[in-house]
Amino acid sequence: MKFHEYQSKDLLERYGVPVPKGKATSDVNEVKAIAEELGGKVVVKAQVLMGGRGKAGGVKLASTSEEAAQHAKEMMGKKLKSIQNPDGLVVEKLLVVEQITIAEEYYLSVLLDRALQKLVVMISIEGGMDIEEVAAKNPDAIVKLYVDPAWGLSDFELRKALTKAKMPKTAFNQMAVMIKKLVKAYTENDAELIEINPVALTEDGKVIAADAKVSIDDNALFRYKSLAESASDSFSDPIEAEASNRGIAYVRLDGDIAVIGNGAGLVMCSMDEIKAAGGQPANFLDVGGGAQAEQVKNCVDLIMMDKNIKGMFINIFGGITRCDEVAKGIISAFDDLDVNIPVVARIEGTAAEEAKEMLLNTKIVPESTMQGAAAKIVELSYR
Amino acid sequence: MSILVDKNSKVLVTGITGREGSFHTEQSIKYGTNVVAGVTPGKGGTEVHGVPVFNTAGEAVKATGANAAAVFVPAPFAADSVLECSAAGIPFVTLITEGVPVQDMLRVANILKQEGKTKLLGGNCAGIITPSECRMGIMPTHIFTPGPIGLVSRSGTLTYEIVWELTRAGLGQTTCVGIGGDPIPGLRFVDVLEMFEHDPKTKAVVMVGEIGGSDEEVGAEYIRDHMSKPVVSFISGRTAPPGKRMGHAGAIISGGVGTPESKVKALSDAGVPVADKTSQISELVQSALEKLKANI
Repeated sequence: MKFHEYQSKDLLERYGVPVPKGKATSDVNEVKAIAEELGGKVVVKAQVLMGGRGKAGGVKLASTSEEAAQHAKEMMGKKLKSIQNPDGLVVEKLLVVEQITIAEEYYLSVLLDRALQKLVVMISIEGGMDIEEVAAKNPDAIVKLYVDPAWGLSDFELRKALTKAKMPKTAFNQMAVMIKKLVKAYTENDAELIEINPVALTEDGKVIAADAKVSIDDNALFRYKSLAESASDSFSDPIEAEASNRGIAYVRLDGDIAVIGNGAGLVMCSMDEIKAAGGQPANFLDVGGGAQAEQVKNCVDLIMMDKNIKGMFINIFGGITRCDEVAKGIISAFDDLDVNIPVVARIEGTAAEEAKEMLLNTKIVPESTMQGAAAKIVELSYR
Repeated sequence: MSILVDKNSKVLVTGITGREGSFHTEQSIKYGTNVVAGVTPGKGGTEVHGVPVFNTAGEAVKATGANAAAVFVPAPFAADSVLECSAAGIPFVTLITEGVPVQDMLRVANILKQEGKTKLLGGNCAGIITPSECRMGIMPTHIFTPGPIGLVSRSGTLTYEIVWELTRAGLGQTTCVGIGGDPIPGLRFVDVLEMFEHDPKTKAVVMVGEIGGSDEEVGAEYIRDHMSKPVVSFISGRTAPPGKRMGHAGAIISGGVGTPESKVKALSDAGVPVADKTSQISELVQSALEKLKANI
C-alpha cells in the first residue's frame, strides 16, 4: 500500500525525523489559514500518487497566504497528467508546507535486498533527481549499507557508509541519526520502501526530509486495521481500487483483451500468449485457488468495468479449483451481465469435462490448449 | 531416489483442523503419503482423517517421529509455526500459506540460515511431490507420474500446466518442487538445482521462473558453473509492466531488477534453452535427453 506524501511524513515525524511544518487538507477554504499559520511563504503540494507531479503543475510556491489560496483553488479537483500517468489523477487533497531554503540535496532510502535477504539503506549526496538516473550515470555516488538481521544497524558501519558517500561534515551526524530512525520506522511498520528524495540540508545547517515516500507490505495490513480500510485509496486506477475492495488480485494493463485465470504464474503466462498471438492484454486477474462460482462471477463483473475490452480469455487449470464451479460462475455472469464481446475459454483439469458440457450451448468458444485459445481470442477480438 | 521427500517421509501437518489443512491432508493420505501427525493448538487429542492431532509440534515429533512438516496455518501465525517445527527438530518444512508478511519471512529465513537445522520450502507455494510416494502441498495428484525429470517452479498452476504436458509426453518426474511466489522464499532455485544435480535418478531438470528478484539469474550462474545435467527453462510474465505486482507478492519488476529479459539472457548465456511457450518444454526436454544418450 502506497502512502501519500502527507501520510509518509506523519509516520516519519512520529519517529522524530525532521520534516517541514505543514498540514494536509481536503478543504480548499482552509488553505489560507494554514498558510498564514506557517508564515505565508509556503509550498502547495497536490497529494496524488504519481511520478512527475512537479512538472504536471502539482507543486506550487506561494509568497503570501492569498497566493497559496489561489494555487489551491486552481489545483483542487483538477486532473493532473504526467508522462508517467497519461490518464491523469484528480487532486482531492493538498499538503501545505513551509518553504525551506535548501543548500544541498541528498538521497536516502530503506528497502529490501531480496537476493541477500537483508534490509539495505541507500545513501547518496546526489539527491533531488531520479535515483535510477544517478545509478545509471554514476553508480559510485550511491552507497549501500546492509543491515545485518542479527547485528542490526551498527554505528561503525553507519559511519563507514556515510564516509564512503562523502557526506559533508555539517550533515554527517544528523544523517546518521536520521538513518537509524528510518530503519526503526521501516521494521516497526512493515514498510516495503521508505524513500526520502531529497533530504535537504538547509542554509542554516539543518537536515530535513523535504519529500517522503512510504509504502507498506500489503501482506502485513492485518496488523494495521485503520490502514487496511483505506487501502483502496492508494490505487490510482478506479478498477484497481474496486478490485482491492472486492479482494481480487487485479492489475490494469493498457491492452484490450481481458484475461482471467487461476494462479499468478498461469495468468501471467496467458498474458504472454495473447501478446505472442498479436494481441494486447487488458489486465491481470487471478481468481485465486478454489474459487467458487460467485467469486468467478464477481471477477467477470469487474473485468466488464473496463470499457476498452474487445474480448475475454478465460484460462483455468483446475487443481483445487473445480472447473465446473468456474463454468457455473461464467454462465451466471453472462446471464446477468450484458457481455457482448467474444469470449474464449480454455478449461483443463479437475471436473473439466463437466465444465465443457455446461458451456456447450453458450456463446463461449471452447479451446483445448492455452496457445490455441490465445490465438482464437486474438482472431475474434480484432475481427 | 528423489529429493527432500519420499515414501519414508513421516509427515506432520500444522493447521490440520483448518479447511485447507484438513482437505489436503485427506488428499495426501489418499495419494499414499505417510501423514503421521497434525498440530493445532487447543485441539490436541482429537483426530483428523485418522491422524492424531497434538497441541504442539514438539509433542507430535516425540510421539510420532515426524521428520517433515507442511504448514497450513493462517498468515498471521504462519512464521511462528515454521519456527516451532524447526525448534522441534524437523529438518524439512514447507510453508503453503500465502500472504505472510515479508518482515516475518525475513526473520524466519535468517534464523533458519543461522541455525542450519531446517530447510524451508515456500511460503506461498504449492508444496512438493515425489510422484507415487509423497505429497506435501496442494497440487492435483492425477497429473504427476514417476520418471527422470526434476521440476522446480515459482508458480503453482503453471507447474500443473507444464507437468501435465510432461506426463502426456511420457516424461515422468522424480520430484516437483514449488519454491513459491514470495519475495523472501526459503529454498531458492540454486538450492533445488544443486539437489537435483546430486540426485542419481534425476536426468534432466525443468526450471520455471517468473518476473521479480534475481533468483533465476543466480540459478543460471550455478547451472553454468556446476551442473552436468541438462536444464530447460521457462519464464512467465514477459508482458508484465514494471512497478506492478502480478498476483504473487514477489512478481514485480522494481528498480530495473527482475525483468524477463535479464532472466532469459542469463539462462541462455548459461546454455539453458528457454522455451517461448509452455508447449515447447516437453520437446526441449526430450531432445536434451536424446543428446545425453548420444553422448554415452
